[in-house]
Amino acid sequence: MKSILSMKNISKSFSGVKVLDNAQLEINEGEVHALMGANGAGKSTLMKILTGIYQKDEGAILLGNGDGELKGIEFQFPLQALEKGISMIYQEFNLVDNLSIAENIFLGREPINSLKHIDWKKMFQESKKYLEKIGMEIDTKLKVGKLSTAQKQSVEIAKCLSLNSRIIIMDEPTASLTDYEIKNLFNLIKDLKKKGYSIIYISHRMEEIFSITDRITVMKDGCYVNTLKTSDTTENELVRLMVGKEVITQTRDNASKVNKNKETIFSVKNVSSKSLLQNINFNLNKGEILGFFGLVGAGRTELARVIFGIDKMEYGEVWIEGEMVNIKNPYEATRHHIGLVPEDRKDLGLILNLPIKNNMSLTKLRYLNPFILRKQLENRMSTQYINDLSIATSGPNQITAELSGGNQQKVVIAKWLSVSPKILILDEPTRGIDIGAKNEIYKLMGKLVDEGMSIIMISSELPEILNVSDRVIVMHEGKITFDHKNIGLDQETILQYAMGVRK
Amino acid sequence: MTQLAKKDKVFFPFGQQLSFDRMRQYGLILALVVLFIVMSLVADNFFAVSNLMNIARQLSVTSIASVGMTLVILIGGIDLSVGSILALSGVMAAMMYSSIESPFLALFVGVLAGAAVGFFNGFVTAKGQIAGFITTLATMSAIRGLSYIFTDGMPISETSPSFIYIGTGYFWGIPIPIYIMIIILLLGSYIVKFTRFGRYIYAIGGNEQTSKWSGLKVDRVKIYVYTISGLLTGLAGVILASRLASGQPSAGDGFELDVIAGVIVGGTSLSGGKGNISGTFIGVLLIGILGNGLTLLNVSSYYQMVIKGGIIILAVLLDTLGRRGKD
Repeated sequence: MKSILSMKNISKSFSGVKVLDNAQLEINEGEVHALMGANGAGKSTLMKILTGIYQKDEGAILLGNGDGELKGIEFQFPLQALEKGISMIYQEFNLVDNLSIAENIFLGREPINSLKHIDWKKMFQESKKYLEKIGMEIDTKLKVGKLSTAQKQSVEIAKCLSLNSRIIIMDEPTASLTDYEIKNLFNLIKDLKKKGYSIIYISHRMEEIFSITDRITVMKDGCYVNTLKTSDTTENELVRLMVGKEVITQTRDNASKVNKNKETIFSVKNVSSKSLLQNINFNLNKGEILGFFGLVGAGRTELARVIFGIDKMEYGEVWIEGEMVNIKNPYEATRHHIGLVPEDRKDLGLILNLPIKNNMSLTKLRYLNPFILRKQLENRMSTQYINDLSIATSGPNQITAELSGGNQQKVVIAKWLSVSPKILILDEPTRGIDIGAKNEIYKLMGKLVDEGMSIIMISSELPEILNVSDRVIVMHEGKITFDHKNIGLDQETILQYAMGVRK
Repeated sequence: MTQLAKKDKVFFPFGQQLSFDRMRQYGLILALVVLFIVMSLVADNFFAVSNLMNIARQLSVTSIASVGMTLVILIGGIDLSVGSILALSGVMAAMMYSSIESPFLALFVGVLAGAAVGFFNGFVTAKGQIAGFITTLATMSAIRGLSYIFTDGMPISETSPSFIYIGTGYFWGIPIPIYIMIIILLLGSYIVKFTRFGRYIYAIGGNEQTSKWSGLKVDRVKIYVYTISGLLTGLAGVILASRLASGQPSAGDGFELDVIAGVIVGGTSLSGGKGNISGTFIGVLLIGILGNGLTLLNVSSYYQMVIKGGIIILAVLLDTLGRRGKD
């Protein structure tokens, strides 16, 4: 086997946080190579460096020239990677719906005739040629918008071939395909492999990894873990590698206490949504932190959106304190004392151009006199939250955009605390926040549940789930696959449920 | 130190640090004073009491409508239909007075007509999730058409003293419209600064999604804001008809431009969430006085249109530059 690509000791930091630390990847000619790792393992950052979207801080990328020789290479921008034969097919395709198949394949590099006009005949013929190569017979004048997901994917692959790509990266290529379409895709991948193309296959789906790939590289926390031959490994071994050595069993101090006096405050029964959620059932007990774990796309944020009335509930019931409620919009949700700290705090949690105090009082205003703003009360309240949550700021009048990520998150939390919700949903509460602020937020959550609040915490970080939750629920592809109090749990078990290895 | 630099403050000789927005507002006032002095010097009749009263009466109509427009632009919308509403409400008021001869009923019907169109604008914009630009572009045309239909394209003359009182009358030597304008300006200022509704307006203009996710009834606020804009324009329309002693279906052609220009020049950001009523008032004054002065100087109205367009572009550029400076 000739090596065609070698990424060595790749490191990359974003604003001081190291997201890749000596990552490695070695790809052979004509192999299908899986890249695996939990959320935040650094897979997509590594791929963005390979395709020239990000630039590495350290390390080397060596690329084969066809005769087995590897040469160092530097990418400053994405086009250079394309020219060197590296293409990526994203989950959300990069196609223009209103253009024809042929126009999409040749977008930006349309063939030109002697009159400097687009040579349509050549364009249609050439596209047809590439599509036939991958066994697709279709009128290349058809608009891409009319194609099925699988057909769009084929167009993307044809585009890669037309670009003379030798390495094709596929990100979760089967995410929205039917079983039959997956089978077709796999046949195509096998065919490409025979013709010498190399495929980097990113997926969480174990069955697929084992049925299509030759080797697997596992990453964890931005580091290289190991590269294994698929035929020599097992699902359980992979999960263990993704979790790492630390198989620590952690329990929050009062997990046992809370679970003893079970008083359900909030329950979700048979909830389904159009897009993803299937038959979700769970209870939230008073005074507990319920951790929701899952991989990206498992449906946790979607569930929060449905509960909070942002998205429509297709089917199912929500009960609060023994009463069935019908929450159609966030206004209703807040009326039932539910608060939501969204994952995307800049776009959904804060009004960045307004002062801290305006953000903090936004939820509270409807309980106050509508005609006379009580600015003193507002100032007092904001100052108190600034002190209680130790927000680093010059004062309640500082513009929110000027705060750091952790302090901004605290402002969002304060916004909800001001109306004392009974149920607080925190979606990725510590994402992108430094370790100090993280611990403060954990401590605050502990204090809040001790005071009787009930918290749902959605998180993609296993240690966070295990350290903070009293009970853990795991979701996989829109379903709940695991629900257990946080006693005697370990990362490996949880990840197995999250990846659908155990059901 | 970097924190300080980011805040985009400018050192001021009096020892205070001023934000870009404050500087801008002081700059506007300065420009207004300079303009006033220059006009007094170069245009003979400018400083005459009759001319100043004339300016004030003209500006009162624009100012009243501009308060509503400020609210609309603050939530990130725009109301292009104000010119047409101005015509419709004037026509309706004149027609009402012709048949019933009650100045109060005429005023009521004129204002109500404006509010109804505003409500329609808000309802369609909010519930249909359409850009306010599109909705009000449509009503701008439709309402203008209705005004012509109702009147068969002819002005409705109405010269009886009780009808023209609100537009031409005096109280303690000062025209009635000035009092109305001052009340509306103060009321508008109070609403945006000291009420919950005002806070919601800034919140929605600042970030509509966050406002929704915080449990605000965004749709309802939008509908209120467009209704207020329609209502105030309706009031302005009745005053105008009263001053002209006729309801004219062609009134207020290009009026939306004057109003929007005043609001933007006054520092309200077209992207929403930033601005205030006092700025708008200064902006309207600036444009009004400039127009009056140029007319006195015999500058053709064609040139005035070009100048007005230039001022709008300048004001918007200033706003974007100010924001860019902050990033």
